[in-house]
Amino acid sequence: MTATPHDSPGPGRVVVAGASMGGLRAAEQLRAAGWTGAITVVGDEPHMPYNRPPLSKDVLAGAAPFESLAFTPRASTADVEWRLGTSVTAARLAERVVVLDDGTELPFDGLVVATGMRPRRLRCAGPAGPGSGRHTVRTLADAQALRDELTRPGVRVVVVGAGFIGCEVAATAKGLGVADITVVDPEPLPMLRPLGELLARSLHRRHEERGVRFALGVGVARFEGEDRVTGVVLSDGSVLPADVVVESVGSIANTEWLDGNGLDLTDGVLTDEHLRVGGHLHVVAVGDVARFPNARYDGVPRRVEHWSIPTDTAKHAAKTLVAHLAGTQAKAEPFAPLPTFWSDQHEFRLQSFGAPALGTADVRVLDGDPEGDVLVGYHADDRLVGVVALGGRAATTGAARYRAQLLAQPALTS
Amino acid sequence: MKVVVDMNKCQDHGQCVFSAPDVFQLDDTGRLAYVSEPDDALRDEVEEAADVCPLQAIRIEA
Repeated sequence: MTATPHDSPGPGRVVVAGASMGGLRAAEQLRAAGWTGAITVVGDEPHMPYNRPPLSKDVLAGAAPFESLAFTPRASTADVEWRLGTSVTAARLAERVVVLDDGTELPFDGLVVATGMRPRRLRCAGPAGPGSGRHTVRTLADAQALRDELTRPGVRVVVVGAGFIGCEVAATAKGLGVADITVVDPEPLPMLRPLGELLARSLHRRHEERGVRFALGVGVARFEGEDRVTGVVLSDGSVLPADVVVESVGSIANTEWLDGNGLDLTDGVLTDEHLRVGGHLHVVAVGDVARFPNARYDGVPRRVEHWSIPTDTAKHAAKTLVAHLAGTQAKAEPFAPLPTFWSDQHEFRLQSFGAPALGTADVRVLDGDPEGDVLVGYHADDRLVGVVALGGRAATTGAARYRAQLLAQPALTS
Repeated sequence: MKVVVDMNKCQDHGQCVFSAPDVFQLDDTGRLAYVSEPDDALRDEVEEAADVCPLQAIRIEA
């Protein structure tokens, strides 16, 4: 680990910081783009990369063992070196060195930033830490710990945050037989910001009909209890008795290790239209840590936490990086992915294509009825920018009809 | 090329259909149907289909 590949003959080494889906896809796509040099992937979890969406659903429900989550690696990545259970703690980009948590300095010719996000935690008074009954859902260990507590008879659950994770956890908990569950959010409806009022209202009703309660328009003031949570005190003074609290209040980018390199790290890692970081031709970012402009829309750099993004960004970033390392000119089009996401809650599914959040001011029902299966269009400047289907699984395939239309549209100019 | 879809995992998202329409299709009831031994020329699109499957249910065997 003391070799300095960029001073030695041969193609050298690419270090991938982060061993989740983005790190895996980066390794695969580096090979697909023709990189024949060494690849070292460093990640702090003890596991090989695994698929996270089932954590809030099938894993929590006890229906999916770890083996079913692990990605099947491509043959082309057989010689990739995996340094698991290891964090990258610092980087000196100009010098082309990353520092690992055991003090190892790992030199690189190219670097892929794929360190992802961690859950944001509530910072208010009350019990905290392991054994306090307060949970998040980001890793396999998180989901397993939460499952152990959700399956206790008579457990009372409060979910803080009515976004996708919070609503999925509430639905899964209901499916596990949890009778007493309340979702708290300062917004007036669940999933309001990503979906707009029409679908947020429909989802709210569907959850309530299945026994999930909501405390909306209020925040959390503090937690009651000594070592363990016994209740959640809301900002209006009311108290929800609770044995288990799930905090799903957004996430924080894992970028501290990049401090000191003069980068814009205000919300993830700012990249250019080819996913390069800070003007460095040998550093790219992939996955939800990357704050990139999407040429398909308004060019405003945004982080995107959809499941499709690690794969999309890895493809583009690997081509960018390999072209630079090979000394060939990258003539790629600017990165312009069509975002897509889904969410399974109770027995219904949300399926989205495009960027509905950019069009929540002009929402039109394209097909069906918000009481049942519905297909909704989101518009900006009278132009369709996103479609979301909500309902049974077969109904949600209707959104696919609009995918080609969204793909064919010219870029938004603002 | 041999393609295997774990139908116990598949939840009919249909993302594979966009990547490899010559290999994967959803039938009239929204259930997945696929070609199990597609031509090797389709490898790139089948690999993409395997990548984008939300349930990671698609395996390429040789």
